[in-house]
Amino acid sequence: VAVGILDVDLCGPSIPRMLCVGRQDVHQCDAGWVPVYTDAQKSLALMSIGFLLENPDDAVVWRGPKKTALIGQFVSDVAWGELDFLLVDTPPGTSDEHLAVVENLRKHKVDGAILVTTPQAVSTGDVRREITFCKKTGLRILGIVENMSGFVCPHCSECSNIFSKGGGEELAKLSGSPFLGCIPLDPQLSTSVEEGKDFIQAFPESATFSAISHIAQAVLANIAAA
Amino acid sequence: MADVPSDAPEHCPGTSSVEAGKTSACQGCPNQRICASGAARTPDPAIEEIKQKMASVKHKILVLSGKGGVGKSTFSAQLVYGLASDTSTEVALLDVDICGPSIPKMMGLEGEQVHQSGSGWSPVYVEDNLAVMSIGFLLSSPDDAVIWRGPKKNGMIKQFLRDVDWGELDYLIVDTPPGTSDEHLSVVQYLSGAGVDGAIIITTPQELSLQDVRKEIGFCRKVKLPIIGVVENMSGFVCPKCKNTSQIFPPTTGGAEKMCSDMQLPLLGQVPLDPRIGKSCDEGRSFLSLEAESPAAAAFSSIIQKIRQYCKDGVEDGSPD
Repeated sequence: VAVGILDVDLCGPSIPRMLCVGRQDVHQCDAGWVPVYTDAQKSLALMSIGFLLENPDDAVVWRGPKKTALIGQFVSDVAWGELDFLLVDTPPGTSDEHLAVVENLRKHKVDGAILVTTPQAVSTGDVRREITFCKKTGLRILGIVENMSGFVCPHCSECSNIFSKGGGEELAKLSGSPFLGCIPLDPQLSTSVEEGKDFIQAFPESATFSAISHIAQAVLANIAAA
Repeated sequence: MADVPSDAPEHCPGTSSVEAGKTSACQGCPNQRICASGAARTPDPAIEEIKQKMASVKHKILVLSGKGGVGKSTFSAQLVYGLASDTSTEVALLDVDICGPSIPKMMGLEGEQVHQSGSGWSPVYVEDNLAVMSIGFLLSSPDDAVIWRGPKKNGMIKQFLRDVDWGELDYLIVDTPPGTSDEHLSVVQYLSGAGVDGAIIITTPQELSLQDVRKEIGFCRKVKLPIIGVVENMSGFVCPKCKNTSQIFPPTTGGAEKMCSDMQLPLLGQVPLDPRIGKSCDEGRSFLSLEAESPAAAAFSSIIQKIRQYCKDGVEDGSPD
């Protein structure tokens, strides 16, 4: 399976670090910009402004129109090749980046959007507006994920609902969207993404992996059912 | 001319943009010739108007983060609750997160509306000495989405700074969305006449957050915004049952402490994770008041005291506001 990730968080591009590709240059070929591959098999292709910065700490202080223009280029000028899936990671909000992605992908078939929330009301409060964005722009909602949903103490196994519990599931019910599942807070997941390690390879037996896997299956099923 | 005139096309870059009148979107716009000539790009008179308006505001502080979800709005809410606990201090919180306005909920003001008077828009009051303004108060439903491009967001921010009747304030705290884009540039630009005391930058211990904080620091330096200091949120969790501490967001590269040391910036404090913080925010109540004995409340209070001191020192220094 060949997957691409397009990171359109231009001010805070985290994808390069999370997938351990660090300092990489983006090259041009006849077909356009060559994405950065995480492995020799080219099973995972990435594009992010993170690869275009001279210094990873450089701030991208751009107003909307400039962000919109670059995102347009990311969609039309990257030589993704044959992909089974293209995931687009967005920053929070309902603004330039989101409109740019939807408009530029409109001529291609977009399967839909996955919405991520924490269980708290202040988070679901914003995701309600994101749901409206999807409805207004004709984006199908593949489902809602409740992230950071509970923490099991590694010492005594007590579960603490640090960011509350159940808000994502409630939101799914309220909005008539599929509920994909909960992912717990997990220091091992946090460390893996920090260090660009493959969490799934490192911790295949974990409850967290099981939760993520279940969600992935649900997304695939929803796409197939369309 | 308005930033985005009512007869402007969909992708209007904004009348004060360097590209005004020159982009492909400008073709056919009735204002194209004026914009292309540069006439629309004279210094925005709003900057002087806002300077006048802000003459009654002693201290202006921005709360920034590079990354989303690090607890910026949560911190802004506790900061104003803390500052306003002294009833002789007049405090206001301006929420410029146009797409994701969570401040009304956090301050227990969901469903409130803004009123117009002869002297402008009235903010919504939590207490006699604590006022709040947010686009949340202008939306009629919790499902309403603000699907606006940069120029329209900028126009709203200008109105918030120019047209709200803040009155006499000791502190105006501005809560921002994550990033280094329109909202941040506009707030700094529109307050350039009035002056800003400084910015507080919020992070978690993670390198993924610090990576974006370094960019935020770069932004502050670029626009010459003084940095009051950095707050590290979500800094450890003490299990209520066994009392062991877990680093849920491990500081794999040394956390804010190392970053502040490397970049020679003050670390204002570290706030531990506490489920009661999120709960208070969801309920629109002051965590500081409800759980005053908690370690997290002690951390918040210590940070707030440092901010008060910074502002006091600035005044005594004779530094411009």
